[in-house]
Amino acid sequence: MLNKTGIPTAEDVKKVSPSEERLKKGPVAIIECFQEIPCNPCTEACKQGAIQPMADINNLPKLDFDKCNGCGLCLSRCPGLAIFIVDGSYSETEAIVRIPFEYLPVPKVGEKVAGLNRAGEELGSFEVVKVQSGGQKNKTYTISIVVPSDLAMDVRSIRLGGVRHAN
Amino acid sequence: MKEIEILIIGGGPAGLCAASAAANLGATVLVLERDGEPGGQLVKQTHKFFGSKKQYAGDRGYQIGNLLIEECKKNPNIEVWTDTTALGVYEDGVVTAERQGKHLKIEPKKIIVATGASEKMIAFPNNDLPGIYGAGAVQTLMNVHGIVPGQRVLMIGAGNIGLIVSYQLMQAGVEIAAIIEASPTIGGYLVHASKIRRAGVPILTSHTIVEAYGQESVEGAIICRLDENWQQIPGTEQDLNVDVICLAVGLSPLTELCFQADCQLKYIAELSGHVPIRNEYLETTRTDLYVAGDVSGVEEASSAMVEGRLAGISAAYSLGYGAGVAPQLQAEALAELSELRSGPAGQKTVKGIMKLMDKGEAVC
Repeated sequence: MLNKTGIPTAEDVKKVSPSEERLKKGPVAIIECFQEIPCNPCTEACKQGAIQPMADINNLPKLDFDKCNGCGLCLSRCPGLAIFIVDGSYSETEAIVRIPFEYLPVPKVGEKVAGLNRAGEELGSFEVVKVQSGGQKNKTYTISIVVPSDLAMDVRSIRLGGVRHAN
Repeated sequence: MKEIEILIIGGGPAGLCAASAAANLGATVLVLERDGEPGGQLVKQTHKFFGSKKQYAGDRGYQIGNLLIEECKKNPNIEVWTDTTALGVYEDGVVTAERQGKHLKIEPKKIIVATGASEKMIAFPNNDLPGIYGAGAVQTLMNVHGIVPGQRVLMIGAGNIGLIVSYQLMQAGVEIAAIIEASPTIGGYLVHASKIRRAGVPILTSHTIVEAYGQESVEGAIICRLDENWQQIPGTEQDLNVDVICLAVGLSPLTELCFQADCQLKYIAELSGHVPIRNEYLETTRTDLYVAGDVSGVEEASSAMVEGRLAGISAAYSLGYGAGVAPQLQAEALAELSELRSGPAGQKTVKGIMKLMDKGEAVC
């Protein structure tokens, strides 16, 4: 149960997942927002008209997968860091997952990082292929990693070796 | 004696928004801030805020704080006195304050109390060991002074503050051993919870702390599971090796000045404690004294800002400013508040305010 553990269930995820066919076509946003809270920056970020305006600010976002081009503007705007971009068209066997990232150090292109699922369990070591800064004001980085196609809907976080204050 | 039209006590999100709103209508405003800098809790908030554009959603808390401080600075109608603590509100309307050892007297026409809230404490053995912090102190240490409180933390409380401060600790490179929460479900926004969970931090609902232990300072904590009656289940104890225990177990409205000013207060659990009875425009039972923000019921900063604006407009309007525009501005603020509170996350507040404004029940 999401509200007991913080881990969205397979059911939850299914509700916000595009079809296999859509995933294969190219980049698309996955909005993993499952709780009605007063929040709407994603609707204002979307320039494609894919995330529909909310009648009530507490509504869950509604995404039209066919209008979404996976630009990622919503990903960097979402205060909940709950939006990911999945590009299933990357290769026959691999997909790109774009993840919002707000830790230090920021990974570098070419670096291998641990990919984690929604429960924080490691699913493997994956290559970073792109690092986009959110800019001075926004500050949220978007990290693109290449994962096997069958893990595209599971990898949702990354872990680096990292500098820790702990000795 | 300092004379001023509107005195605002507290320079946090509610107080600063009240100052701008009142000054924009033409009133002269003085803000008293106990801290060295205005901004309140906003200065420590490094995460992006929720809400809508009108409440600066998507911006980070400290950025919103800077924006509000700037707005107040460039408004010639607003004066801000930092390092100044309000001491009392007297029968004749005089407010006394202390600054740098000096006793000050202020005579305002209207007062807006925006003092915020203070952190709650919970009882457990050894809860006085060094290494046990309130979440606000951890944020001050890290985000104001750049000091990490320790190396491995047990967070108590999975409300928004517990979740957000855990995330900030992780961003500072500090490990979170676990977040425990006594109630059976996570109280904070689930997107915050998911963000922390997928980084590998366990969130344990129906769990409590049994005791802290350590010689000179915290060396560990025993936690255990709770049954459906909130009773500890023997045999479920876990020993966590931590050097920090951080308490994020709720806030209480800081209503001392309201009590002292003889406002009628009422205990409303949904609003987190005793809160002043007030009308729709946030004026209390003491004429000319308004409240805004957490002091009138603990909520999110986004609604505190809107409440501040509403109180500022209302106080200025009652002094004769903003004729023609003020009613419209009040209506807009009220609409924003009900929008922010209309969802499931706002139900508790809505229920609390209904209880507060119901005149039938006993008051103190």
